[in-house]
Amino acid sequence: MFKSLGRLIIRGLTQIGQASGMVYSCLFWLVKSPLEFNQTMQQTVKIGVESMVVATLTSLFTGMVLALQAGTTMQSILSEPIYIGTLVGFSLVRELGPVLTAFVVAGRAGAAVTAEIGTMRVTEQIDALHTLGTDPIRYLVIPRLIAFTLAIPILTLFANVTGMFGGFLVSVYSLGVPSNTYVEDITTFIGVDDLMHGFIKSIFFAFMIGVVCCYRGLYTRGGAEGVGKSTTKAVVTSMVLILVLDYFLTAILNSLGI
Amino acid sequence: MIEIKELRKSFGDKHILRGVNLNIKEGEVTTIIGGSGTGKSTLIKCIIRLLEPESGSIVVNGEDITHIKSEMALAKVRRNFGYLFQEGALFDSLTVGENVTFGLKYLTDTPKSEYAKIAKEKLALVGLKDIEHLKPSELSGGMKKRVSLARVLATEPKVILYDEPTSGLDPIMSEIISELILDLKKKLGVTSIVITHDMKSAFEISDTMAMLYEGHVELAAGVKEFKKTKNPYVKQFIEGSSKGPIQMQIRN
Ligand SMILES: Nc1ncnc2c1ncn2[C@@H]1O[C@H](COP(=O)(O)OP(=O)(O)OP(=O)(O)O)[C@@H](O)[C@H]1O
Ligand SMILES: [Mg+2]
Repeated sequence: MFKSLGRLIIRGLTQIGQASGMVYSCLFWLVKSPLEFNQTMQQTVKIGVESMVVATLTSLFTGMVLALQAGTTMQSILSEPIYIGTLVGFSLVRELGPVLTAFVVAGRAGAAVTAEIGTMRVTEQIDALHTLGTDPIRYLVIPRLIAFTLAIPILTLFANVTGMFGGFLVSVYSLGVPSNTYVEDITTFIGVDDLMHGFIKSIFFAFMIGVVCCYRGLYTRGGAEGVGKSTTKAVVTSMVLILVLDYFLTAILNSLGI
Repeated sequence: MIEIKELRKSFGDKHILRGVNLNIKEGEVTTIIGGSGTGKSTLIKCIIRLLEPESGSIVVNGEDITHIKSEMALAKVRRNFGYLFQEGALFDSLTVGENVTFGLKYLTDTPKSEYAKIAKEKLALVGLKDIEHLKPSELSGGMKKRVSLARVLATEPKVILYDEPTSGLDPIMSEIISELILDLKKKLGVTSIVITHDMKSAFEISDTMAMLYEGHVELAAGVKEFKKTKNPYVKQFIEGSSKGPIQMQIRN
């Protein structure tokens, strides 16, 4: 029992060590060699486009359900549906926008990245990069890390807008809130610091997803089965870490007054 | 130019290389033969440092590369070599043409405008043409192998490690590849290390032959001597006989 717990901890620490090593190598190659600009742009577009539809649908319906819940709650407490825009806006911009978008991208593009790099590992394409004068960190990992870190915050901003639009639809057409009331509820109470709060979190999520998914891909072992395993692990690890990171980032940002 | 001494490499508790000694001379073709799973690929991966040996030493042109750790220094070591992977290891997200010219960007100063010409030229060397725009998934096994060889040749390395260059090829194509290896030696003085199971080709192209057996080099000798050896293990292996000191475990 204690033995297997100990082993688990050692494995966890080893993996953190290896992943940090990977990030360190990224910094090293970023300084030592030119950025693979085309790769980076390609990956950013790919990750963005791949996740766009799911992210939009997710945030649209989240905004709608938030409005519905807020509306019925307000109705039963205060007997009229007020401050819906504020509630929807706050929840989306500070929490659900960044978290759900990160979830969606981890499940969509993150899984694809791990599967791709993992397949390259088990078919020796990673070794081939070494023999042809480049390096998987330089050619694969850095472009993807940058791509995630660019694409996710942008997708998050996008998700915030579609989410609020979803809330708008439900408020106006189902709860009968006048449309300028909904908009005013948002614009009067939600400020730049709330936007920053969500935006900063999404940058951290993005970087973490990139690290986890590339790391799992690079350290894949054991054929097609291994690729499947690391892909699952990459997604699960990313999702858990998003929530953990979310708590701590919120605590830190709140204490900084953002 | 490459001296391997008492080289050891294990995977977990599987001890694959258990004291390998081998000398590779500049400008020669050295073939390595040996049973499936004896560690031939492992050995040449140690030479190019895709794997790190546990102990022993590998000295290339006077430099001990056995335990180099820094990525930069390793990249420099690997620059000396071309490596043909057993399974090809083509990049499946790139086209054949992009695969063949991939190394040029990193290993040479060749201007981009030359790439198309070089791809065509190197593919022609391995008997392929007009396939630059295809993806590796659209090729047959033997074609993949040859595209992979073209990719190695594109950067014109001085030392080439071939992991079974003729496996999966028809007899005529095998002959063409064998002649190509000899040509590179004669015209450009390329040093080659070739892993092969094809005895006919091995006798044709080798200057030196070495047989790997149970984690060590059973015999390394000039090709004439190797053919005539009395060593029972080597004799059985090159004759391809099922009777002899090498007992394959087929049934338990
Ligand atoms: N990355 C690895 N992890 C664990 N075991 C490995 C690894 N690579 C190779 N092995 C084991 O090492 C042994 C030697 O493998 P290697 O690929 O060097 O054999 P080989 O001589 O090239 O065989 P073949 O002629 O079939 O290609 C095999 O038993 C294989 O299972
Ligand atoms: Mg092999």
